[in-house]
Parts: sequence; structure tokens; C-alpha cells
Amino acid sequence: MTDPTTYISHLELGQPDKTYLDTNELILNMGPQHPATHGVLRVILRLDGEKVLGTECVIGYLHRGVEKIAENRTYAMFNPYVDRLDYVAAVSNGLGYCEAVEKLLNVEAPPRARYIRVILTELNRLASHMVWLGTHALDIGAMTPLFYTFRDREEILKIFEKYCGARLTTHAFRIGGCQYETYEGFEKDVKDFLDFVPPKIDEYEELLTTNRIWVERTRNVGKISGADCIALGVTGPVLRASGVKWDIRKAVPYSGYQEFDFEIPTGENGDTFDRYVVRMKEMRQSLRIIQQAVDGLPSGPIMAKVGKVIKPPVGEIYHSIEAPKGELGYYIVSDGSTQPYRVRIRPPSFVNLQALDLMVRGQLVADVIAVIGTFDIVLGEVDR
Amino acid sequence: MLDYITSYLSSNVTPGQAGNWFWATVYVFVVFGGVAVVVLSMNWLERKALAHFQVRLGPMRVGPHGLMQPFADAIKLLTKEDIIPDQADKFVFWIAPLIILCAAFTVYIVIPFGPTHAITDLNIGILFMLGVSSLSVLGIVMAGWASNSHYPLIGSLRSSAQMVSYEVAMGLAVVSAILMTSLNASGTGTLSMIGIVQAQQEQHIWYVFKFFPLGLMAMVIFAIAMVAETNRAPFDLPEAESELTAGFHTEYSGLRWSLFMLGEYAAMGAVSSIAVTLWLGGWLRPFPNFLKGSFFDLVFSLFPGFTFLALAGFCFLGVVRMPKHPTFRIQTIGLAGFGAMLGLIGLVLFVTPVRVRVQDIYWFLAKVAGFMYLYIWYRATFPRYRFDQLMKVGWKVLLPAALAVLIVTAIVGVLF
Repeated sequence: MTDPTTYISHLELGQPDKTYLDTNELILNMGPQHPATHGVLRVILRLDGEKVLGTECVIGYLHRGVEKIAENRTYAMFNPYVDRLDYVAAVSNGLGYCEAVEKLLNVEAPPRARYIRVILTELNRLASHMVWLGTHALDIGAMTPLFYTFRDREEILKIFEKYCGARLTTHAFRIGGCQYETYEGFEKDVKDFLDFVPPKIDEYEELLTTNRIWVERTRNVGKISGADCIALGVTGPVLRASGVKWDIRKAVPYSGYQEFDFEIPTGENGDTFDRYVVRMKEMRQSLRIIQQAVDGLPSGPIMAKVGKVIKPPVGEIYHSIEAPKGELGYYIVSDGSTQPYRVRIRPPSFVNLQALDLMVRGQLVADVIAVIGTFDIVLGEVDR
Repeated sequence: MLDYITSYLSSNVTPGQAGNWFWATVYVFVVFGGVAVVVLSMNWLERKALAHFQVRLGPMRVGPHGLMQPFADAIKLLTKEDIIPDQADKFVFWIAPLIILCAAFTVYIVIPFGPTHAITDLNIGILFMLGVSSLSVLGIVMAGWASNSHYPLIGSLRSSAQMVSYEVAMGLAVVSAILMTSLNASGTGTLSMIGIVQAQQEQHIWYVFKFFPLGLMAMVIFAIAMVAETNRAPFDLPEAESELTAGFHTEYSGLRWSLFMLGEYAAMGAVSSIAVTLWLGGWLRPFPNFLKGSFFDLVFSLFPGFTFLALAGFCFLGVVRMPKHPTFRIQTIGLAGFGAMLGLIGLVLFVTPVRVRVQDIYWFLAKVAGFMYLYIWYRATFPRYRFDQLMKVGWKVLLPAALAVLIVTAIVGVLF
């Protein structure tokens, strides 16, 4: 596998020129070790000067066989593994998995557990978007937002740490509800955070939204139409920025999202700038949801009646949630034993990445970086 | 021999003009040593300033407030394994950083730190500076080509295109300043760096304020072009970290890489010096028109001493704020020692002969430091331009603007 052209299947390499001045296209191997591919994504670019003629993604450098591991673990034992998929939005992963197994068991988490789940998941969405914003801006060359977003993300992680002891791979939820009751002062912490963060989001916007270079670098870069998005299965903010109003929290409400009042921000052009704007608006919408959830946090039990040994009936289930990056789905087949027969995870990053080639063809090398950043991919999720 | 050495001290020309080889050699060592020290301190300052822009502390461990960090870095880089890629063109790979370094350092020969404080004064000084500083593109192209690797190649191609485009606007902006030097009784301008500053002295105006806003516009054009010329953010495409890993010096490591960095920072200082000389009155003190007279001369000549005393004060403030813990004892002593050293330098700067000789250098360096700070500020603030946008800015905005400024300056100069 030393020859980079081994992988080129659809890139239609031209034959090398036999003359002294070889004016063929340049094959540029971007990654797996590259500062801006968000982990270990490898993109092989076919370039004419700086213009991109075609791309090919090579993935699998972070493959850990999570889906296979699931077949050898009990349902509860597999729960922490899903935190390691999209490690910047571990809470969302856990929510999706727990909900899927609950659906299989035909139980429902009690209202208080649902509210706690919503609060933590939306906080996690904010944290994920903050990581996205920082790294995306860093890719485009603005260093400073990264440190601002990480500073503010810290406040979210502190809440996670106080709640469940972990900051990144939280394993916050349990099948049937929540593992822990909220700690004393949880509501105050969340409310303080709600007061703390809106000026910070304004601050990010101040740095970027009207920055001439930022707008030039993102507008009309990596355009994709809504129809193409749907054809390729692209979901999440990328889809919404192309003008398709599709958010699973509204379309197929889960975990009690129907009880909250929030909007789905959409864009028009489907370019990188719109995706940026959509995510910034989404952060504010998440704050709205958290506000409502923490104001109306009901009392009551936090666990539904679930047996100590989880043994779902024979059957299969597909359950998807709106993760920060798009539709995160779990397809679980149960053979009636304590271990799942098969768990198939539909990660948003992996599916969204399909659109890369379509979005960067004919654009410049710098745009490839911007587009990879705008997908908000996490390779732990792409490779599983 | 001694006469030969002392005879220069009473003259009022640069050693190069006086043909005094001894003092010329001394100046060369002082200037180049000084540039190396400035580069080291810029390294620390940039990291500290950038860190404070970004709500973090920056280097804090090596020495008090990371003051020894540049030395630690230097030791690390010098002792690193020297890697030359197998497929690289070894000779070209070896010589490329030297070209960049030489180009950046040679420029300092004509930089006037004061009316007599320059290694020499060429009558085509500004042309020499522009010519030599643009030689560094040769080194970058050679580095990119010799590495025999894709990222450096793209980086060096970007660099050559970028430097060629921005040099045009830069040159036109310089011409408009040189045009202003000819607006005197005799009607003859000058290309000599010292002559340009003296022309501003005779006309009692810094060229940044001349024919306002024409001088300012020319300076702004130059200031933008010089950022592009030195490959710094937001025009750091040749070494765009997130795109090309490190651009033209991807394959370089250790000492050779540090030569690139040295060259880059030296070049930043050099082009800032051009801007200061042409528009900000070089070594002239601020407000010579409004605040004149021997009293103000005295006040302004005390500035260097007070600056050092203020720096010493900062150090002592740091000593007071240092945690009172045995772990920090050495750091505290070090910081106090550094402060004492700065304070002593400050006191020495108050003594009359030193004060008079040093104040020119002080004002020049203070202005250059302002530009250097701007460089760091840009880096903390701006995203990076894309290549086509960079070209657009260069050819469609800066070049017409520079041409217009030049023409209008010429017309205004003739009319008034």
C-alpha cells in the first residue's frame, strides 16, 4: 500500500507525460496525518495546480470494530462504547443508544429522566458546536476563536463532570432512564451557564460573521443543493443550510422534544457560510430548549422499571436522533438473549462525508479544508 | 591604529561612508547580533502576546514567565537530528535556508537607526533594500523544489506568485514616498535611507501625514504588501499550516528550520524598518513641530531610560505577584535579577553622552516594535486568505490604489 495511486479508483489518472516537462495532474495525499483533516481522514486529491479535479476519501484508520464488539457485550455493557464514537458529543450517542434499546424493550424513561436527558444532550450539542466552530475557524486560519470556544466549552464539561464524573466520554444515561439524580445546585449551574454563554456566542459572531476574510473564504464555497443532500443522505446542519427543514427533534420527536418550543434554523445557499450561520443559530436554539427544560424540570423517579438483566424480546429496531452532526441512527437486532445479535450504527459524519467530492470538485485546495471543517466530522464516528 | 579607531568617533557620518573598517566591522557585529537577539525576543513576545489574545498564558515554565523559552527552543532545535530527505536535492536543500537568511540579514546594512547609526549609507539604499529582501523568494522556491515533496512544492509556488504580485504594489507605494523627498528647494530627491529621513526632517513632516491622506494611504498599502511579502498572517498561504502542513519548509527540521524562522522574523523587522524610514520619520522623535525647544528635547531624550525603568518595574511587580513558595524561588530571583538588569540599563540611559547617542536608536526601534506588534495582532485576528482572493487583493485593489496614490501625489507635488 505504499503507492498512493493504489486507492485511486474513480480518479481517472492521466498517463504520465514522457517528455521532460511533466505537465500531468498532481496527486496530493492529504492525511491521514494532516493538521486539518480532523483526525485520521485521508483525502487523495487530484489537482490541476490548485484546482481540485477529484477527491477520494480513504477511511478506516480509526476503525475499532465497535459494531462487532457490541455482539459480544450485554446491552448495558455496550453503552459506554457508543461514547467513543463521536467523542465530542458523547451524550448524544448515549441518548440514541439508550432510546433504541428502550424502544426494543418497550419501556419509556420517566419524565424527569427525559428532561435531564434533554438538558445534557442540548448542552452537549453546544459543546460539539463549539468544538466545530473553533476547529473550523482554525482550519480557515483564524486561530483565536478556538481558544474562546474551548474556554466556554469548559463550563459545559464542568457541569458534566459534576453530574456524572466524566468530562468527555460521559456515559451519562442508562437504559431506562438516568444513572444519577441531578446533583445539588445542578439547576443553578445550568441557569448560570445560560446567562453566561449568549454574550460569548455574540463574541464569536463578532470575530467572524462580519469579518471580510471569513465571509470571502466561506461564501459560495462547497455549495450543495437540498436535492443533492437528500440524494446522498446528508443530514444535520449541512442539510438544513441547503434549505431543507428537516430536524428529527421536530419531525419524529423523541425524548419529549415535542414539549419544547424551538425553531429549526435553515439556510438558503447551502454554502459554508450558511452552514456556519445555521450552526450559530442552532446554538441559540439549544439554549432556548435548555432554558425551558430546566425551568420545567419535573420531579419523580429517574428510572423506568427495567430488569437487572436486560433481555429484550426477539425483534429489531431502528431509532435515530438528531445528533449535533446529523441523524444518528441505531439499528439493533435482538435474538432474545442478553447480547444484541447485531448493532448497526448510522453515523452522520460517515454519511455526510460522501458529499465531499461533489462539494469540492472544481474548487481550490484551501476550500477542501474549509469543506472538511464545515462537515464537522469526527473520525471516531466515521470509522467506528 | 588607536587614532584610526578614535578618529571616527568625532565624525558625523556612518562608518561605511567614512570608510572606517574597524567601526564598520563593529557595527556589523552589533547590528547582526542585535537582530538575532530581537528575533529571539520576538519569538517569546509573539507567543506571549498571542497567548494573551487567546485567553491563555503562553510559556510559563522555562524561566520566570517563560523568559528563557527562546533559549530552550534554540537548544532543542540545535541538538535535533538533521534530516535531509532521501529524495531531496541535497545541495539546493542545504543552501535554500541560507539564501533566505542572507537576504533577510543583508538588508540591515543600510537601515538607519540614527543619522550616524547605520553600517553604511548607500545612495540607492531603498532600492538595495527592496532588491535584496525580494531575493528571499528564491530561497523559498529552492526549498520547495529541493524537498521533492508535494506540499512544499505547492507552498513555494504560492509564495513566488504572491511575492511577485505584492512587490509591484509595494514598489509603487515606495515611489510615492520617494517622490515626496524631492519636494524641496533644490527639487532633487534621494534614494538614500538616511537622506529620506533627513528630507522629512527638513520638510518638518513625517511622510505619513504629508498631503493627508495620500501619505497615509501609501503607508497602508505598503503595510499590507509587506505582510504578504513576509508570508505572515493573513497572507501566510505559503506556509498555511492547516492546508499545506507547513508549506515550503515541511521537510525541514532542527537547525535548518530555525534558519527559516530566523530569516522570517529578520525579514519582518527589515520591511518594518523600511516603512518606518519612509513614512514615520525613521529615528526622528514624535511631535518635533508642536513640542519643540530644548525643554522638550530633554523630555523626549529621557524616554529610553524611563522605558527601561518601566520594564524593570513590571518585572518587580511580577516578583511581588509570584507565588510565595519554595518551588518558585529560583524563578523569583531570576525575574528580580532581570528587572535589576533592565533598571540598570535604564539608569545608564539617563547619563548625558549615552542619552544623546541612544535616543535616535530608541525612537526608531520603538516604531519598528509597533509594526512588529501589528504583525502579532494580525495573526491573532484574521483568517487566512485563499489564493485567488490574495491575487485579487494584490492586483485589483492594492495595485490600482498604489498607482492612483502615486499619480495624485505627483500632481499635488507639482501644484503645491
